[in-house]
Amino acid sequence: MSNIAREQMEFDVLIIGGGPAGLSAAIRLKQLAPSVEICLIEKASEIGAHIVSGAVLEPTALNELFPDWKQRNAPLDTPVNHERMFYLSNEEKSTAIPIIKPLMPAMNNHGNFIVSLGDFCRWLAAQAEELGVEVFPGFSGRELIIEDDKVVGVITGDMGLEKDGSQGSNFEPGMELRAKYTIFAEGCRGSLSKKLMDQFKLRQSVDPQTYGIGIKELWEIPAHKHKPGYIQHSFGWPLDDRTYGGSWLYHFGDNLVSFGFVVGLDYSNPWLSPFEEMQRSKNHPVIKYHLEGGRRISYSARALSEGGLQSVPKLSFPGGLLVGDAAGFLNVPKIKGTHTSMKSGMVAAEAIVEALTTQEIEPISYQFRMRKSWVYKELHQVRNIRPAFAKFGAKIATLYTGFDSMVRGKVPWTFHHGLGDYEKLKAASLCQKIEYPKSDDELTFTRESSVFLANIDHRDNQPLHLKLKNMSIWKTVNWETFKSPESRYCPAGVYEAVDIDKEPKLQINSQNCIHCKTCDIKDPTQNIDWETPEGGSGPNYPGGM
Amino acid sequence: MKILVPVKRVVDSNIKPLVKSDNSGVEVGGVKMSMNPFDETAVEEAVRLKEQKIVSEVVVISIGEAKSQDTLRTAMAMGADRGVLVTSEDALESLSVAKILQHFVTKEQPDIVLMGKQASDDDMNATGQILAAKLGWAQGTFVSKLELSEGKAQITREIDDGQEILELVLPAVITTDLRLNEPRFASLPNIMKAKKKPIETVALADLGIDTAVRLEVKSVAESSSVREGVIVSSVEELMDKLQNEAKVI
Repeated sequence: MSNIAREQMEFDVLIIGGGPAGLSAAIRLKQLAPSVEICLIEKASEIGAHIVSGAVLEPTALNELFPDWKQRNAPLDTPVNHERMFYLSNEEKSTAIPIIKPLMPAMNNHGNFIVSLGDFCRWLAAQAEELGVEVFPGFSGRELIIEDDKVVGVITGDMGLEKDGSQGSNFEPGMELRAKYTIFAEGCRGSLSKKLMDQFKLRQSVDPQTYGIGIKELWEIPAHKHKPGYIQHSFGWPLDDRTYGGSWLYHFGDNLVSFGFVVGLDYSNPWLSPFEEMQRSKNHPVIKYHLEGGRRISYSARALSEGGLQSVPKLSFPGGLLVGDAAGFLNVPKIKGTHTSMKSGMVAAEAIVEALTTQEIEPISYQFRMRKSWVYKELHQVRNIRPAFAKFGAKIATLYTGFDSMVRGKVPWTFHHGLGDYEKLKAASLCQKIEYPKSDDELTFTRESSVFLANIDHRDNQPLHLKLKNMSIWKTVNWETFKSPESRYCPAGVYEAVDIDKEPKLQINSQNCIHCKTCDIKDPTQNIDWETPEGGSGPNYPGGM
Repeated sequence: MKILVPVKRVVDSNIKPLVKSDNSGVEVGGVKMSMNPFDETAVEEAVRLKEQKIVSEVVVISIGEAKSQDTLRTAMAMGADRGVLVTSEDALESLSVAKILQHFVTKEQPDIVLMGKQASDDDMNATGQILAAKLGWAQGTFVSKLELSEGKAQITREIDDGQEILELVLPAVITTDLRLNEPRFASLPNIMKAKKKPIETVALADLGIDTAVRLEVKSVAESSSVREGVIVSSVEELMDKLQNEAKVI
């Protein structure tokens, strides 16, 4: 795509991604240096349309960014007032885990708010625009512009291409957006962030990143059952002891319930389907009680980074830096990353303001500033908890977590993540096949009816944005060894093994893609490459999601 | 020559609308809104005529809450010159919309009102026709091809028997079919430029137009879901199902 004549635009700072990290960076930059010209692009059709999170928001970073957020009508309307945690021993039984606040600081949600993170981002974008940031939803960052070993901007995706890559009647070439510094805020497994990590060797001497997939449903439930401010988490059933994950259930807003399920992508059984685990978990009495009699409004999914501090790459490179979950600042035991993402964006802004005056090529102070911030302190305390689950399994890890949390992570050791998630799958023949129950269309659903609620739009005849680098590997590895795990881990039914009795083939329904990035992460030979489709494509998650 | 294009802000056509739990309407809070796709076609056509120098000015007008400004900006990013925003929080019927447009046609004196044949939210397909009648102008509806020459418009319209080609004397109201063209993608520089183009804002209440509600919505419900298809193995089985299960023959 580089042979086309492209228009150019020049800014001081370019931001790729309109989530909490990118928007907080933009806002902080304008607060510190109002004359700095900032352009922010977002691949979704509007800000918030690709945002997926529970979400319980810890307002630490927000208090720093806008101490007057209440006066500015930030959509933090439901304070957490009641919290429960369950260990599910089987499909019927559960044990309530007492939440001892002084011993379990990560589980203490007092002072936090249940929000729609999409709505929160829409609010942040309005604040950013008021400060003069140019916010452009509907434009994807497609290619890096690197000159003299320095990132000088990105090329936005072409619009109006035909399936074969030729130019359609309303073709609009992507343009060169150039800037002194580019902030990459693409979220977990960003497609440009991935290229940057390779190009500038940012992952040298850190652990591989490990991931989870979060699948979420938004429900409207009968008013008499609705208790705004109630939050509940569960772990255990239906996952086995070696598979990390669990459910969340939050009551908020106008009779709304956010229900979701996270599965660690380091799971080993290729027969596992995160989507089906989520669906069947709703049959457990502690979850069913809340959703029964309600109606499902929307559906979404997104990968998240779970590696913690051990997996955070080098954060800056000539011409730019990584913020938010693109770098991997999620606090796993807290299951929260919005506050750390926002803070990293704000710290990045401070580093860039300094770099703009000293005119250094690489905003190097970002790395040091982050190390001194509360983000590192917080992530250092919990660094061993997620790897403990991989090391010991859920039951023993829970005990370990109790001990580790009690001493606030002050132990002389650090557990490491040895392998990437894509290396963890075992051969299908060595694993127990999982029979999932059929959906009842009231509490549990099929993937097809779920994807329907994600309001997806991919213009029909655009080129495929999901590609296998080597098509023949699918048959010999994905099919013969693992029996097409992608057809189970994809929460949107993009991948389908067809003709399995005669000549098995992979069919890619890319128009179903909800941009969760799981395929890019979990494919056993890293053969699937997720690229940004035409700007504005993908899901359109509604307000409340 | 001057063209006036009315544009409506509607629930985006990719959104599966959610019926409110009291069946009074469709949930629009927090839902993605966009320009009515039929109007987008009208804007595109007007801008192309301007690029061909047949038309000198394209004015877009929207009626609705303050957010309809975004819809005007989108039209201006595509190439419209300026916008008029008539603010109103009320749900307006076709007749009221036609009266408001009539007011602005008198004020702006365009040669053509080019508009979508219907809005994708209520599918009324009435405003253009009412407007033409009120103005006493020629009307060309469901237009899939438009050619202008010396005070006349030659239009091609899609009808049941095929295509009908008509010639209208301007001024005229022309309503567009989606087949007319494929709207462009607004480029980033044009979106930036559109932010600086002028929008005149008028409150509907200040216009003194009677927009009293004449229609009453009794109930809004989701259409019953389509049952999954089955593959039958023989003609006999098909006949049996048609006769005994579906009871259609």
